[in-house]
Amino acid sequence: MSGGRRFLGSEAGSVWLLGAVLIALGVLAPLATLVWHASSGSFEHWAHLFDHVLPQAFLNTTLLLAGVAVLVTALGVGAAWLITAYQFPGRSILSWALLLPLAVPTYIVAFAYLDILHPIGPIQTWIRELLGYTSPRQFRLPDLRSLPGAIVLLGFVLYPYVYLSTRIMFATQAASLLEAARILGETGRGVFLRVALPMARPAIAIGVSLALLEALNDIGASEFLGVQTLTVSVYTTWVTRNDLAGAAQIALAMLCVVAILVLLERRGRRRQRYASNLRARPVQPLQLHGTRALVASALGWAPVIIGFVAPAIYLLSETINHLALAGSVSDQLLASAGNTLTVALVATFFTVLAGLIVAWAARAVRHSQQPPLARICARISTTGYAIPGTVLAIGLLTPLIAFDGLLSHVAGVVMGAEPSLWLMGSMGALVCAYVIRFLAISVGGMESGLARIPPSLEQAARLLGESPAGTLRRVHLPLLRPAIGAAGLLVFVDAMKELPATLLLRPAGFETLATWLYAEAARGTYEEGAVAALAIVLAGLVPVVLLARSQLKPVY
Amino acid sequence: MNSKPARRSLLRSGLLAALLLSSVGQAALAQEVNLYTTREPRLIQPLLDEFTKDTGVKVTTVFVKDGLIERVKAEGEKSPADVLMTVDIGNLLDLVEAGVTQPVDSKVLQEVIPAHLRGADNRWFTLSLRDRVAYVSTDLELGAITYEAFADPRWKGKVCIRSGQHPYNTALIAAMIAHNGLQATEDWLRNVKNNLGRKAAGGDRDVARDILGGICDIGIANAYYVGRMKNSEPGSDARKWGDAIKVVRPTFEKSRGTHVNISGAAIAKHSPNREQAVQLLEYLVSDKAQSMYAKANYEYPVKAGVELDPVVASFGELKIDTLPLTEIAKHRREASELVDKVGFNN
Repeated sequence: MSGGRRFLGSEAGSVWLLGAVLIALGVLAPLATLVWHASSGSFEHWAHLFDHVLPQAFLNTTLLLAGVAVLVTALGVGAAWLITAYQFPGRSILSWALLLPLAVPTYIVAFAYLDILHPIGPIQTWIRELLGYTSPRQFRLPDLRSLPGAIVLLGFVLYPYVYLSTRIMFATQAASLLEAARILGETGRGVFLRVALPMARPAIAIGVSLALLEALNDIGASEFLGVQTLTVSVYTTWVTRNDLAGAAQIALAMLCVVAILVLLERRGRRRQRYASNLRARPVQPLQLHGTRALVASALGWAPVIIGFVAPAIYLLSETINHLALAGSVSDQLLASAGNTLTVALVATFFTVLAGLIVAWAARAVRHSQQPPLARICARISTTGYAIPGTVLAIGLLTPLIAFDGLLSHVAGVVMGAEPSLWLMGSMGALVCAYVIRFLAISVGGMESGLARIPPSLEQAARLLGESPAGTLRRVHLPLLRPAIGAAGLLVFVDAMKELPATLLLRPAGFETLATWLYAEAARGTYEEGAVAALAIVLAGLVPVVLLARSQLKPVY
Repeated sequence: MNSKPARRSLLRSGLLAALLLSSVGQAALAQEVNLYTTREPRLIQPLLDEFTKDTGVKVTTVFVKDGLIERVKAEGEKSPADVLMTVDIGNLLDLVEAGVTQPVDSKVLQEVIPAHLRGADNRWFTLSLRDRVAYVSTDLELGAITYEAFADPRWKGKVCIRSGQHPYNTALIAAMIAHNGLQATEDWLRNVKNNLGRKAAGGDRDVARDILGGICDIGIANAYYVGRMKNSEPGSDARKWGDAIKVVRPTFEKSRGTHVNISGAAIAKHSPNREQAVQLLEYLVSDKAQSMYAKANYEYPVKAGVELDPVVASFGELKIDTLPLTEIAKHRREASELVDKVGFNN
């Protein structure tokens, strides 16, 4: 490491590094609490877990994740390539419509399809009429409540994570590379498999891992569909057996497995560089005609219809039915909608900011080197996404309340204020939880954004006398704008749908749309729940459409 | 150097005085009570609204589905919680064991609530009873059934029930253990599992929906859902589900009684508004509130002689299993482990 190169990286980097370290410590706080909980308990129940719980839960979880991984990759990459490489009627609408399932939380899609596909639901009733049966006792389709059912439902709402990251990658890939492949005699399939796909690998990996972590942490859909995953076991151990220590132990064991998998994937592409020439022309899509265009449309629209249109129409019709019977929507629903938007916006701002700090501190300053401490901070800061929301919330209780105590003390001494729960008594606790939980999305987005900016640009700016902060502001931020936008909108949509941590950490009298819906479902009044579910989906539509507009417009 | 600590302590005592004054002022004005509940608050909202109307005490609710204990514990002395409310005896006793409750010496509560439905240490109180019954397809001729009979091969592929790990079910299984022993209960649970028509998942109302959908003929669920479904607007889904079933109250072979769980409450250890909290509990066992439990929530009142909703009354007389609640709660962990062992939810 020669001194001449070193000056490019270090001097003003220490402020960023400090920020990254503080953020990583913040993420570690709930983890440390969990470790403390885990070590305070006995390990007796592991015999029971090994004998009766873990084999099945591990198998279910592995099959669920494997199935979801295959499905989201096939749907997400397939759709992204279809939109990138081909031109057919309706392509431009489809290019953003493919993101719509992002607005539908997994627990809502399970709830909707359970009704749509139920023996007394519309589809089976229609099939019975067609076949001339009069009662579901004579003819029924297999029950949706099964592992395959869960894989299909989760796959069709989670594929947009892969579609989004891959589509951006395809769109900014140098057309010249793909054209070179074509000139060298590759077929269309060969261009995709041997050039486009390997180049998009980091984007696919990020998209798939986000989708898998969502699937892993899902409780609502798994509970609805009766799939006993590891997360459900954590939950059972804690809630039913009142064994927080045991639940923390399983959750930490799970976290270790996730960490190992993530590290392996990173190791696999350690030696590869993906920086690209930013002035690349986009790929010229191939015009499809006739049957081929029809097939392309049908293939493209299928995931949108299954993942969004059908459940949305269902929720809409349930809402209309409910309004016809009950007359009005309660004021509480409007208040919760306001709360949801506020808390999600604030959390998004801080999550993106924290992600930028962490990723910037850990960026590759030169071609091969990332500062090791900053890199560690970056990995730590993404662990929040791998912990089930409920467990994360439990881990956060102690640090948040300790922080409240400290703040109360300071405020009491300085201003004479009364002791109170500053974070727990306001939406501050929720914002902290969301930032920790969704930081992985923002760090991941910023990192892949930064990876596409060649380090030579920074070196050039610095050699021309620009300060590090100035380089960030005048060179990287403008180039990062799409990545920031994408990360922000994804975090926003996720924060709006978040349920388990919100349930535990929200202050008295504070409801979000998700908690409102959950309460309705807990009460067994699904009809009113449908109104809240529709509101969540509608509120999620705006950021999703914005996301689509900002991300997927053609790059010139 | 000397003056600094002195000045600080002066400042601190001044602040303390101000703080005391302000909190005294607040207590006099407050007239509020904070309710932490694991039950969906809108179910009891009408009761709370009546309470506020009659007493002028405002009730703020926090619906904490899971983690009530952890939250109250972590909040410690600063916790704003006054009343803690749960819908399962086990969850209620967990609160007592976690040390987040305090005893209440109230004549009213002691007179209204039978001794076996409140803690001997006066730390927990039952507010309503919830019987766990059989939902039976209206097409089926069935006058009576025992819980044991759900294991009968006659019902193969015909039984619907929610997750075995749900507190309503672990309490039932725990009662079975208390009556028949661990081994017999394991065999029973395994046979019930073999009789399931679908995964043990969803909620109690799904049992009625799946009976209408032809997936099952019979199922186990709480009785009050039926009151709510059969009283829904005609034409709504809930009404259709409710109308597809009838209720039969199963009994244990030994006691010939029906399994009952409770909704109950305790006063939080650091309750800042203790007086209003006790007032709320006493209100909830008054004739007026108990009648609302029965007529608006279709639950079984804990107070004797309160009139029932006609739908609930049509189920016939409720003969409660004689097993003490605390005895059932003791076997809860074994019950939960049995559910894992026989793979009931798999």
